[in-house]
Amino acid sequence: MENIVSLKDLVVEFEDGERILKSISLDIKDKEFVTFLGPSGCGKTTTLRIIGGFLEPTSGDVFFEGKRINGLPPHKRNVNTVFQRYALFPHLNVYENIAFGLRVKKTSEKEIVKRVGEMLELVNLKGFEKRSVNRLSGGQQQRVAIARALVNHPKVLLLDEPLGALDLKLRKEMQTELRKIQQALELTFVYVTHDQEEALTMSDTVVVMNNGLIQQIGSPTDIYNEPVNAFVADFIGESNIVNGCMPEDCVVEFMGRKFQCVDKGFDPNETVDVVIRPEDVKVIPAEKAKLTGIVESVVFKGVHYEMTVDGVDHKWIIHSTKAEPAGSMIGMDFDPFDIHIMKKTEEE
Amino acid sequence: MKQLRVLSLPYLVWMVIFIVVPIIMVAVFAFTTSDGNFTIDNISNVGQYANIFVHSIWLALIATAICLVLSYPIAFYLSRMEKHKQGTMLMIVMLPMWMNFLLRTYAWMTLLGNNGIINYLLGLIGLGPFKLINTSGAVVLGMVYNYLPFMILPLYSVMQKIDKSVIEAARDLGCNPVKVMFRVIVPLSLPGIVSGITMVFVPAISTFIISRMLGGGSNLLIGDLIEMQFLGNAYDPHLGAAIALVLMVIILAIMTVMNQFSPDDQVLI
Ligand SMILES: Nc1ncnc2c1ncn2[C@@H]1O[C@H](COP(=O)(O)OP(=O)(O)O)[C@@H](O)[C@H]1O
Ligand SMILES: [Mg+2]
Repeated sequence: MENIVSLKDLVVEFEDGERILKSISLDIKDKEFVTFLGPSGCGKTTTLRIIGGFLEPTSGDVFFEGKRINGLPPHKRNVNTVFQRYALFPHLNVYENIAFGLRVKKTSEKEIVKRVGEMLELVNLKGFEKRSVNRLSGGQQQRVAIARALVNHPKVLLLDEPLGALDLKLRKEMQTELRKIQQALELTFVYVTHDQEEALTMSDTVVVMNNGLIQQIGSPTDIYNEPVNAFVADFIGESNIVNGCMPEDCVVEFMGRKFQCVDKGFDPNETVDVVIRPEDVKVIPAEKAKLTGIVESVVFKGVHYEMTVDGVDHKWIIHSTKAEPAGSMIGMDFDPFDIHIMKKTEEE
Repeated sequence: MKQLRVLSLPYLVWMVIFIVVPIIMVAVFAFTTSDGNFTIDNISNVGQYANIFVHSIWLALIATAICLVLSYPIAFYLSRMEKHKQGTMLMIVMLPMWMNFLLRTYAWMTLLGNNGIINYLLGLIGLGPFKLINTSGAVVLGMVYNYLPFMILPLYSVMQKIDKSVIEAARDLGCNPVKVMFRVIVPLSLPGIVSGITMVFVPAISTFIISRMLGGGSNLLIGDLIEMQFLGNAYDPHLGAAIALVLMVIILAIMTVMNQFSPDDQVLI
């Protein structure tokens, strides 16, 4: 598989001198489903706008199929966008919204009828042709926006939080729909979301961003199982992150206690972030434990209970199928391979 | 609902006293003689002023067209500026309106006069003097100058509601800037175009001060004609009312045609 889009050292500074993107480099493969994941304001939309041609980077290059396309206006790029709030044309009905791109390119009427028809079928909007887009539900508007972009047969589809405005059930349905469409049409999708679950379930590759920097690029499994730093670990799943140090290989000390772990190769007594997932904390009787805490609250989450436990100087989040009553003292233990040791990220 | 109806009562009373009643009175005057008998002579007499009607409509149309062409890019540019700058710029556009209408028009008299500033400056570089004042062109200029803001404002107010992302979507789907203009901005600003045309055309077609001050004797407009029947030496309020009535019907007809272009089910975001 070859790279269809490549970003090289993208930097974006706005007038006030604030750096929004600080050196973004990324290769996107043909037919890949790539997701930018990160908290609000981290620069996801900005990166997408650079690929779409709506924003010129302060420095750095954008390549499309190996050709540098900096400065090429959006209407000359073989890329289409599904905008964050759909941006449908309010003066056109569903059919004309979808046909818009084809009409601009002076496609023959016969071809327009055929392709718009295909799209209406694909997004399940047959019978809505004449409907004003102002009288559609959020989910329907969403599907018009997708059809309007896809009808142009772009090589790459950019989607900026396309499901953000939908309710949970619809969002789940559309996630599956979108993934199906992407695979059926063999397109490259560049998808933006701040919802980690969405990113993990849909993508081939997840690009975790924070503060205008890429934190990690990898498959959903990699990102989930091997987060490279505390930020990724925390963002991907709610995690317990505490300060620790490594007195020797395979031993980590935190909260004044030593634990077995499987990580090595740190400097002696190097300070590290210790990341432990809520489902990896084992609840054991307090008198047998090295670490104890008082259960503050218990919430049933459907499959498991989520407990907040007040330790000495950390509030632990614990997922367990068995609830301990609030106010009781519990003990905590961890298997060595469930303790993730991460180098401290240097402050920029 | 009920409360709203009560709140609109003062306005309804106002409408009846100051709009409905006067219109009825104009109609009554138009169809009566000075001793109160019914007649259609007034209306049929209006026909002899057809050339003045044509001239007025013509000048008003030209002025409206010029206003539209000038205002459209201004309004678009304004609407795309950063929000906090728009207010200031809008105020600058409105600034001439703070000056009295008569003064503004009078100022043009001294600028355009045969010995006026413009001819003086042209004289310095060896041109002219040109006959600027007392021409149809001067009347049109006066109309454009005075009514331009009435075109800019409604255009600006619809354009400012056009979401930036809709424009980006058009570019994304293959529109160059010209196509963005004609496929998205113009259709979406149609209601503003219609109301801008109305707000310029109606006062322009019925003005009498501008033609009086800048047009000289040869540019008599409908407004002057009506004024003469009420305040001038041609005193004949019944004919004046008839002319006013015919003018009203013409304006109404034009507006009805205009409104066909304004989409009614369009909800701007
Ligand atoms: N035109 C602009 N001028 C100045 N700052 C901007 C502009 N556009 C976006 N920003 C800032 O850039 C940062 C990143 O924005 P964005 O890429 O939209 O984030 P995300 O999509 O990840 O939420 C934000 O802090 C935002 O305030
Ligand atoms: Mg965004």
